[in-house]
Amino acid sequence: MMLLHTPALFHSIAERASNMKSASKLKTLFFLRLGWLVGLTGTFVSGSALADWTVNMTEGVTAVSRSVYSLHMIIFLICVVIGVLVFGVMFYSILVHRKSKGAVPQQFHESTLVEVLWTTVPFLILVGMAIPATKTLIDIYNTDESEVDIKITGYQWKWQYEYVGEGVSFFSSLNTPREQIQNSRIKNPNYLLEVDEPLVLPVGKKVRFLVTAADVIHSWWVPAFAVKRDAIPGFINEAWTKIERPGIYRGQCAELCGKDHGFMPIVVDVRSEEDYAKWLVERKEAAAKERMILEEDWPMDRLMTTGKKVYEKTCAVCHQVNGQGMPPIFPALKGADLVVDKARVGDHVDILMNGIKGTAMQSFANQLNEAEIAAVITYERNAWGNNTGEMVTPKEILNYRKNGKYTPDPDNKTVTPFVNTKQAGL
Amino acid sequence: MTAVTDTTHHDDHRHGPAKGLMRWVLTTNHKDIGSMYLWFSFAMFLTGGAMAMIIRAELFQPGLQIVEPAFFNQMTTMHGLIMVFGAVMPAFVGLANWMIPMMIGAPDMALPRMNNWSFWILPFAAVMLVSTLFMEGGGPNFGWTFYAPLSTDFAPPSTTFFIFAIHMLGISSIMGAINIIATILNLRAPGMTMMKMPLFVWTWLITAYLLIAVMPVLAGAVTMMLMDIHFGTSFFNAGGGGDPVLFQHIFWFFGHPEVYIMILPSFGIVSAILPAFARKPLFGYTSMVYAVASIAFLSFIVWAHHMFTVGIPLVGELFFMYATMLIAVPTGVKVFNWVSTMFRGSMTFETPMLFSIAFVVLFTIGGFSGLMLSIAPADFQYHDTYFVVAHFHYVLVPGAIFAIFAATYYWLPKWTGHMYDETLAKTHFWMSFIGMNLTFFPMHFIGLAGMPRRIPDYALQFADFNMIASIGGFMFGVTQFLFLFIVIKCIKGGEKAEAKPWDGADGLEWSLPSPAPYHTFTTPPDVK
Repeated sequence: MMLLHTPALFHSIAERASNMKSASKLKTLFFLRLGWLVGLTGTFVSGSALADWTVNMTEGVTAVSRSVYSLHMIIFLICVVIGVLVFGVMFYSILVHRKSKGAVPQQFHESTLVEVLWTTVPFLILVGMAIPATKTLIDIYNTDESEVDIKITGYQWKWQYEYVGEGVSFFSSLNTPREQIQNSRIKNPNYLLEVDEPLVLPVGKKVRFLVTAADVIHSWWVPAFAVKRDAIPGFINEAWTKIERPGIYRGQCAELCGKDHGFMPIVVDVRSEEDYAKWLVERKEAAAKERMILEEDWPMDRLMTTGKKVYEKTCAVCHQVNGQGMPPIFPALKGADLVVDKARVGDHVDILMNGIKGTAMQSFANQLNEAEIAAVITYERNAWGNNTGEMVTPKEILNYRKNGKYTPDPDNKTVTPFVNTKQAGL
Repeated sequence: MTAVTDTTHHDDHRHGPAKGLMRWVLTTNHKDIGSMYLWFSFAMFLTGGAMAMIIRAELFQPGLQIVEPAFFNQMTTMHGLIMVFGAVMPAFVGLANWMIPMMIGAPDMALPRMNNWSFWILPFAAVMLVSTLFMEGGGPNFGWTFYAPLSTDFAPPSTTFFIFAIHMLGISSIMGAINIIATILNLRAPGMTMMKMPLFVWTWLITAYLLIAVMPVLAGAVTMMLMDIHFGTSFFNAGGGGDPVLFQHIFWFFGHPEVYIMILPSFGIVSAILPAFARKPLFGYTSMVYAVASIAFLSFIVWAHHMFTVGIPLVGELFFMYATMLIAVPTGVKVFNWVSTMFRGSMTFETPMLFSIAFVVLFTIGGFSGLMLSIAPADFQYHDTYFVVAHFHYVLVPGAIFAIFAATYYWLPKWTGHMYDETLAKTHFWMSFIGMNLTFFPMHFIGLAGMPRRIPDYALQFADFNMIASIGGFMFGVTQFLFLFIVIKCIKGGEKAEAKPWDGADGLEWSLPSPAPYHTFTTPPDVK
């Protein structure tokens, strides 16, 4: 295993080192304190650098994350001191007051003074701890006066980022190749912590997150910002951050949300103000272009190529690349009545647009554009030997959005049974 | 009471243990039922443990090797449920059955037939729970905390069986708790005042009240789930006007007292064993009783500290943070008491003592990480990471499980009439101690470094510590077969145990011969 990972580990060390230039003295101290474990276990895995053994919380790159880190270190050190005292007395007794050394048991018990002391002293320590904790907490809850608002929606198993008021919105999902997860290829340095489209944020601005979910509860967490907020369907939670340094920051979903909970990472690309503004303009143009595409001509083979892409990115996670699903939770599409019966094209569109309540099948109406929905339905109806030859066009989906029901477009002439074995993966 | 006390010699030949299997099916004897609880608990411990082995094997290195994510989630869920409801809780009820009547000078439990029933529900509930793994769509896969809507709208069909199993386990626990309360309040021997009761009896009395208070809450939560799944209600569905966060409030109103249900009897056990092997009275009996009572009270007003990130308002967040921090005070009192009991004693280190000392040290470490978790702003970083996994395994494995081991070794001579094999038992202790620390200590590090819990695969920087944790886990797992061997060996034979094999031990149970006769204290003893 180590052979496989060694190059990857070096990359992650480099990245981490650049992320945490100001590793504090406390941290070094922590390293030393806990070094025994490193020493103890170092024999198992030879040749890995000390930095591999990250043993402490990140200080992060925001004022909040730093105050969280210092709270963490203070309470940790309080625990260490109490631990040393209590265990010190205990191990002293164990060593000295043993029968084999001829210790004679004393019979003392109960002492009001001692008992009052060991009740009040811890209480006072706790009060001392509660004061800075309360301050930080009040700060965390102050979401006023934000400069950028991002709506984050958790889906099974991806994130949607919406730049409120900017008309920019996209999905962000894992792009670690399947082969790496299945161990048939060497893993990337950022294995499982990489996405197709990261959230882009400006440095030095107060960013407010409006966090919600579309299906089950998720939790949006980026350790470097000390932001962790549950994404709950039907609720909008608030959180905020003000990032001090540009860079790439990674996190993961922190609330069990089903099968692929471990596979919905978060990547935030923090850029300078100018770069962010430039990026936002590009994104807006791209969004406009996307809308244009709808008016274009969509022949069968274009639908199939796009459909295959969309299917593998969005649908295959449950229904599998070969369309066989994982019954009974994720039904097969290959040869399924819904997908091959000509009379049920409308139902097929309905399900994609609205999802099925009470199941894992969600609504894709807001996740995919008209062309993508049309393409993926067309693909499903023709791949894996389904070969219905039917075609659903972006225009039909656009009409569905307007009318709320599927009506075949008279211009859409269903072609003769279509078999493209290469595209259909046969 | 009088009817029981004046018919001793008649009963001997009529009420001895029946022969064959029916002895166990029909028994109303607290010792038989206690033994069955303990064996059942051990079987569940191995079952839940096997699942932990699958989890650790999958996490041995990054990538998916052994199981698919869907099955991995079933393993984490079932491991938690089985360990909580199948292993730890029944083990404590088993110990209560065996020891409480003998400790308070009672002839049996107050409600012996209900005792039989509350045990015999368990195996059926457990079989039903485990059978869901073989159903279409698999078993429960939403974590032992089964947050809605993952456990309702998005759950596998087997969830209905899971709900029914939880109902049965709850009924069993409530009946067990009623029985224990009735026994302690009514069947104490003359002179056994409340403040003379052994701490194990006290902690169990308080635990039993906790059980009665919270098991119905759990039953309510799963019933609401059942309604949401099958009858179109929307308790936890925001789309229908319900509230997914409501589920968490209800669950943790049960769940937090539940974690104390799993630790309070341990306090009692350790408070019996430490004085016995230090040959010195417990430092502060009265303050221990009050500390347990305060912990029990506080357990009802801290539930939302499991929910610091769900977005409860600032004032709520502050209240639950302060209340949670307060728990450190009575818990500290207990630890200081145990240490003062050992101080200036005359200690020997037989296996029960070793497990008890390990309990004090490791439980305190779990307490420290608990104190860290109570700091709400820091919890934003800790929540749902391996730091939490490390924390609760530190309080449950050396807390609950080590205390159960300690209790077993301590009272095994009384139960079997034989001494256990001390060398093997010490091997069991050291292997468990090292294995447990190797498994769970590195989890603090990977948690702080940012590894979320309940994931089947992880980023590369977590690889090394995960491998160590897995090695420790396998070591801890394998060692438990040694425990089984030691117990069987002790039942089969061994050095004859005296009535009181531990010279520093104190309590009525040691006034009885070893092994304890089938019926004990049919005439109440004199308590000075």
